[in-house]
Amino acid sequence: MSPLKIKKGATSHSAYDLRPNFSDKEERHTLAVLVENEPGVLSRVIGLFAGRGYNIDSLTVAEVDHLGHRSRITIVTSGTPQIIVQIKAQLGRIVDVHKVNDLTVEGPSVERELALFKVTGTGNDRIEAIRLADIFRASVVDSTLESFVFEITGTPEKIDAFAELMRPLGLEEIARTGVAALSRGAVA
Amino acid sequence: MTKAMTGAKMVVQALIDQGVDTVFGYPGGAVLPIYDEIFQQNSIKHVLVRHEQGAVHAAEGYARSTGKPGVALVTSGPGATNAVTGLTDALMDSIPIVVLTGQVPTFMIGSDAFQECDTVGITRPCTKHNWLVKETDKLSSVLHEAFHIATSGRPGPVVIDIPKDVQFATGTYTEARQVETHYNPQVKGDMEMITELAAAMEKAKRPLFYTGGGVINSGPAASQLLRELVAATGFPITSTLMGLGCYPASGDNWLGMLGMHGLYEANMAMHDCDLMINIGARFDDRITGRLDAFSPGSTKAHIDIDASSINKVIKVDIPILGDVAHVLEDLLNVWKARGRKTDKENVQKWWHQINDWKKVDCLAFEQKGKVIKPQYALSRLEELTKKHDRYICTEVGQHQMWAAQYLGFEDPNRWMTSGGLGTMGYGFPASIGVQMGHPDALVINVAGEASWLMNMQELGTAMQYGLPVKQFILNNERLGMVRQWQELLHGERYSSSWSESLPDFVKLAEAFGAKGIICDDPDNLDDAIMEMLTHDGPVLFDCLVEKHENCFPMIPSGKPHNEMLLGENADVANAIKSDGAVMV
Ligand SMILES: Cc1ncc(C[n+]2csc(CCOP(=O)(O)OP(=O)(O)O)c2C)c(N)n1
Ligand SMILES: [Mg+2]
Repeated sequence: MSPLKIKKGATSHSAYDLRPNFSDKEERHTLAVLVENEPGVLSRVIGLFAGRGYNIDSLTVAEVDHLGHRSRITIVTSGTPQIIVQIKAQLGRIVDVHKVNDLTVEGPSVERELALFKVTGTGNDRIEAIRLADIFRASVVDSTLESFVFEITGTPEKIDAFAELMRPLGLEEIARTGVAALSRGAVA
Repeated sequence: MTKAMTGAKMVVQALIDQGVDTVFGYPGGAVLPIYDEIFQQNSIKHVLVRHEQGAVHAAEGYARSTGKPGVALVTSGPGATNAVTGLTDALMDSIPIVVLTGQVPTFMIGSDAFQECDTVGITRPCTKHNWLVKETDKLSSVLHEAFHIATSGRPGPVVIDIPKDVQFATGTYTEARQVETHYNPQVKGDMEMITELAAAMEKAKRPLFYTGGGVINSGPAASQLLRELVAATGFPITSTLMGLGCYPASGDNWLGMLGMHGLYEANMAMHDCDLMINIGARFDDRITGRLDAFSPGSTKAHIDIDASSINKVIKVDIPILGDVAHVLEDLLNVWKARGRKTDKENVQKWWHQINDWKKVDCLAFEQKGKVIKPQYALSRLEELTKKHDRYICTEVGQHQMWAAQYLGFEDPNRWMTSGGLGTMGYGFPASIGVQMGHPDALVINVAGEASWLMNMQELGTAMQYGLPVKQFILNNERLGMVRQWQELLHGERYSSSWSESLPDFVKLAEAFGAKGIICDDPDNLDDAIMEMLTHDGPVLFDCLVEKHENCFPMIPSGKPHNEMLLGENADVANAIKSDGAVMV
């Protein structure tokens, strides 16, 4: 067999700790998975979660580096610490995966999600809806005489809270993007 | 240097550049251009199998016995789907193979064209990696990368799906050394962890090496270093089914195989040890038995190339991520530099305990009467062949476990068995692959009659290429392992576990032009085996054995190691409670 050239900076060390303290409590983790932007890569990641019975609470994916041919998949998952370590290790095995970062344990991070809300109503409900939207800094991106479409950004919890408040006021439909997340500070 | 050539030519060129000498395959419309190129060269031998499953198992057998990646070539659609069992088998056992599949032309993909299937979709979960190559210019670099990925890190199967128009079109050939890759798994272990393990070895009172297929996959150096380590420390060693041969069966410290049908002394030592050193094994459920009772008092170290194997089922205390040979080399150096210390006195006591367990003589059997016991057949096979340059394959079932128990393996790469997937039909084609890699060696497939029938068509292949593979069938006229479980777990209701309407194996052999031998008398067995060994050509040996022999020792599913069943007198009826019965 002829050897190949190993690229500079090729990752061989993984981000996960092999000797963690395991408890049986379920935890929610946000994972940032940097992948080669190849056809089928998302299917590999999703197939892994489905095949091994892991949870996906939220998943977003988009190309983040066109020249470098990289996409970033942000997955919010939950499981016991042992399962979370397994998930990261299994993701690390996928040949198209360059890096797995656990934003939940690797220092502070910011999480944002965007959502669109369609709310219909008239009279007081309509006034209350717009008042609450203002408090939540949601903006109106479409309106008719009996409906609004609000755009809201924030943590998933904030969007959940907004949904709870809109429900009795004529909430018709929600579209959510899923979570995008980055670590805080200067280092990537 | 870059050269222009067709995609089909690139395939052959890349295989030559990767040092491939043998391809197992079966043609069809979507690979005709590649077959045309194979026709016009002499560097690579093509072995025409009789079913694509056979091609993949043959490639596995070739890979496992030579340490080089195996290669299979199949057509689109049914060719690719027939390869799926072999791919899954190779994934489970970490066998490096490269499987090339033809695909309908790119402009027809997605149109439900004749013999189209979503090969990369179907094989995604059963390969280490796969590619659909849509541009001829990219084909050669993908081919080179495929060999790199199949063989580095934890080895495994890869698939390259090549549409027919990509095979016809001309592109630029890239040589392997020009191909860049980011796939570079860590091979060196963490020195701090290695030092911690060395320190644990110095203090251990009841240490045990628990080795697996990772030692074999790491290459001959790993087995060599393991032998050195075992000799230097004097610790006992056991191995999984996959690891047989990494330490010689004749070695002083060998306890035999462990696990569900492992030896009493090996399983008891696993249960009672205070330091378990797992080298390239993965705490498979055939090994651990009941998890919460698995080796309760031991500190566990685990050396593995795959981070996902560490802490997957058993939490370990000393995890070492790395290649077995690299880690063992460092471990030996560290342990020697620290003064080569062990707790000799306590290790001695540990050996006394182990030797007491050995006295149970768990593999003892009595050959009485006129019916051949399968254990006896294998003991005679062992006796009459152990001096040969010998390679053993197996099918799946009782005969497989008996082969693991009664045959001795002195070196790695001599034992080819479907461990993880347990694929009936693996052994015969695998033996063809082994014989292709070792034309002058004695290659024996220990088979059950039911398993052997699953890929019996490969007798045509063995004949066509003059491969003198010996098919040693332990014919109990039963799906023996299934029958055993039905006896133990399902009230002796033998639902569909009779091998009925069996062929006359001698006539079957003769129909293909091969030699058939039948033996049903223990007194004639040696002569019959000698006749098989001296025949220069494929032999189908129909060894009629005791029909209802059970395979012992056995750890019933859901039980811990120290509750194993030893033999016919064991209280088998009550051994397996309903909570264990749900496990396979
Ligand atoms: C492809 C496949 N199908 C089914 C099984 C389940 N199975 C395991 S062992 C066995 C019986 C094997 O019979 P035989 O080859 O005669 O071997 P024996 O156990 O009698 O030695 C069966 C059906 C399997 N392992 N593989
Ligand atoms: Mg049988």
